[in-house]
Amino acid sequence: MSAAPLLSVRDLRVGFATEGGLLQAVDGVGFDLKPGEVLAIVGESGSGKSVTAQTLIGLTRSKNSRIEGSVKLDGEELLEASDATMRRLRGERIAMIFQDPMTSFNPVYRIGSQIVEAIRAHKGDVDKAQARRQVVELFDSVGIPDAERRVDDYPHEFSGGMRQRAMIAMALALEPEVLIADEPTTALDVTIQAQILRLLEDLNRQHGLATILITHDLGVVAEVADRVLVMYAGRIVEEGTLDEIFYDPQHPYTWGLMGSLTRLDRPRPHRLPQIAGSPPSLLDLPEGCPFRPRCPHEFSKCPQEPGLEARLSEVPDHRDRCWLTPEQKREKRQVEGQIGLEAPQEAPRV
Amino acid sequence: MLRFVIRRLIGMVFVLFVVSILVFLIFNVIPNSPPAQRLAGKNATPVLVKSIEEEWGFDESLPVQYVTMMKNVFTGELTSYSPRIPVNDQIQEGIPATFSLSIGAGIIWLSFGLLLGYLAATRAGGWLDRALTGVAIAGISIPVFLLAPVLIYFLTYKLEIFPNGGYVKLTEDPWEWFTHLILPWFTLAVLSIGFYSRVLRSNMLDVMNEDYVRTARAKGLSEGRVMTRHVLRNSLIPIVTLFGLDFGATIAGTAIITEVLYGITGVGYYAAHAISNFELPPIMGVTLYGAFFVVFINTLVDIAYAYLDPRVRLGASAQ
Repeated sequence: MSAAPLLSVRDLRVGFATEGGLLQAVDGVGFDLKPGEVLAIVGESGSGKSVTAQTLIGLTRSKNSRIEGSVKLDGEELLEASDATMRRLRGERIAMIFQDPMTSFNPVYRIGSQIVEAIRAHKGDVDKAQARRQVVELFDSVGIPDAERRVDDYPHEFSGGMRQRAMIAMALALEPEVLIADEPTTALDVTIQAQILRLLEDLNRQHGLATILITHDLGVVAEVADRVLVMYAGRIVEEGTLDEIFYDPQHPYTWGLMGSLTRLDRPRPHRLPQIAGSPPSLLDLPEGCPFRPRCPHEFSKCPQEPGLEARLSEVPDHRDRCWLTPEQKREKRQVEGQIGLEAPQEAPRV
Repeated sequence: MLRFVIRRLIGMVFVLFVVSILVFLIFNVIPNSPPAQRLAGKNATPVLVKSIEEEWGFDESLPVQYVTMMKNVFTGELTSYSPRIPVNDQIQEGIPATFSLSIGAGIIWLSFGLLLGYLAATRAGGWLDRALTGVAIAGISIPVFLLAPVLIYFLTYKLEIFPNGGYVKLTEDPWEWFTHLILPWFTLAVLSIGFYSRVLRSNMLDVMNEDYVRTARAKGLSEGRVMTRHVLRNSLIPIVTLFGLDFGATIAGTAIITEVLYGITGVGYYAAHAISNFELPPIMGVTLYGAFFVVFINTLVDIAYAYLDPRVRLGASAQ
């Protein structure tokens, strides 16, 4: 708790001018990332988690975007930094890896040379042979076998898991302080997922690399995260430590996410549980709580949007956006003996 | 690689065969006076016509005439009707002029097309992009037979900047060669400049949305490097195909109108002459020469592809 945050985000708002009006993709997001911490941002597609991450390194800057708020890295404001400053910072201080390793490398260049390119973009005095040796070492450290030979392979000669390892090697090349991993395991099969997560965890532990892990998969979160932000419709609806979120979730949306986890240790339900409905259009948000239309526990206070507040007096860092009292929540989140979100009233019960 | 070349050679033989059949049939179907009659002159006796028919083989059946003609093509003995000149010599004589025209025009349209397309794509939506769109569409819309006379009238006749048509050999006088070709080059290139700039622009806008471009930005590359090394490089692959087809077609015949309009005595000029005189042997010769270059250049393009896109290399070796 005492360590100063490495990355501090306050009231971040990101909007895009579209033909249908201003699309507010991120609306008032704030969090701190401490050195060595793994922060997970969880949410469905369109909840604003990737936009948040890309905004941190200036990738959402464009003529059509409106970015407000504050993003400070070691006290330095990034939202006001020049494009040149942001460019130097990308890769060197904040590195990012992306969801689909199949399409994240340029198909026409050798993987090694794409990493050499990243190194030399920041360190002009490193010659190609030196940079290549460094890539071989990086490949070794992320567990790519036969590194000396594989640096000269093209992306299509790598498997998905190997590509994601190479992607991680590229992210580590300049020894960044922060790693943003945007759905790093989503496109991989389950056994490879576990390997990649273990790799990320090792890196976090060995190098104290602060990591922001973006995912929609609570299983991934449970493996590696220290703290969790749950996002919905561009807002944070709940935040807390891993244990707080998993054992004492406060927001109905979080219950829904927990309830839709498939569990192998329980009898298979007739139907896999899901959260009814779909996320609201960001151009046409419901008044009040944005989760209201999908929430079976809606009541008279919901047409007013609740603030992100600590509602449990004993844990001030566990905050949520739901009007229900902690006692009500404890009772309502129990569905068939485990945490979940009831099916809406009108739908037939299973 | 050897298999690839052999497959291409077989393909080429097939293409040339089909093209020659088509040319031969079309020539024999279109309304036309018997060639022997024309060769014999206006007041020829039936005996003379008859002897010419026999000498040239016009009295034989069409398949026999075709076989004879193809035999002549491959032995280099194909001769035009009147005057009786070997077609091979005529084509060879025209090749330097046609190549000078086509290669120069190709370089111009490729470089200007890429430059304008790159500028438009990197400034998409801005005023320069809109202006270039207008210019490109104008370039695509103006027909060569209108553009050439207009250029000749203003730049040659009124302002006297450029020489008035004709072709000077490169070996004779390089400067004259150059000045005589500037207008024809641009006339031939204008359409393709417009077209290529449009194609490159839309390719680049597509590639800009690729994940690997985002990766390139995320690793902190400068915007210029992202655009040239990643966006432009990957956008060039379809352009190469297009260039292969267009350049082959230019050598094979698109240059005909330009050669005639500027009085460049190249292969196209010869072909135009042969067509207006109903001379089958030169038409056959020129058509086969053109078809050969189209196939040949497209083979080169396929080889270049393997260099441009490593994924193709794997496919070729896996076969």
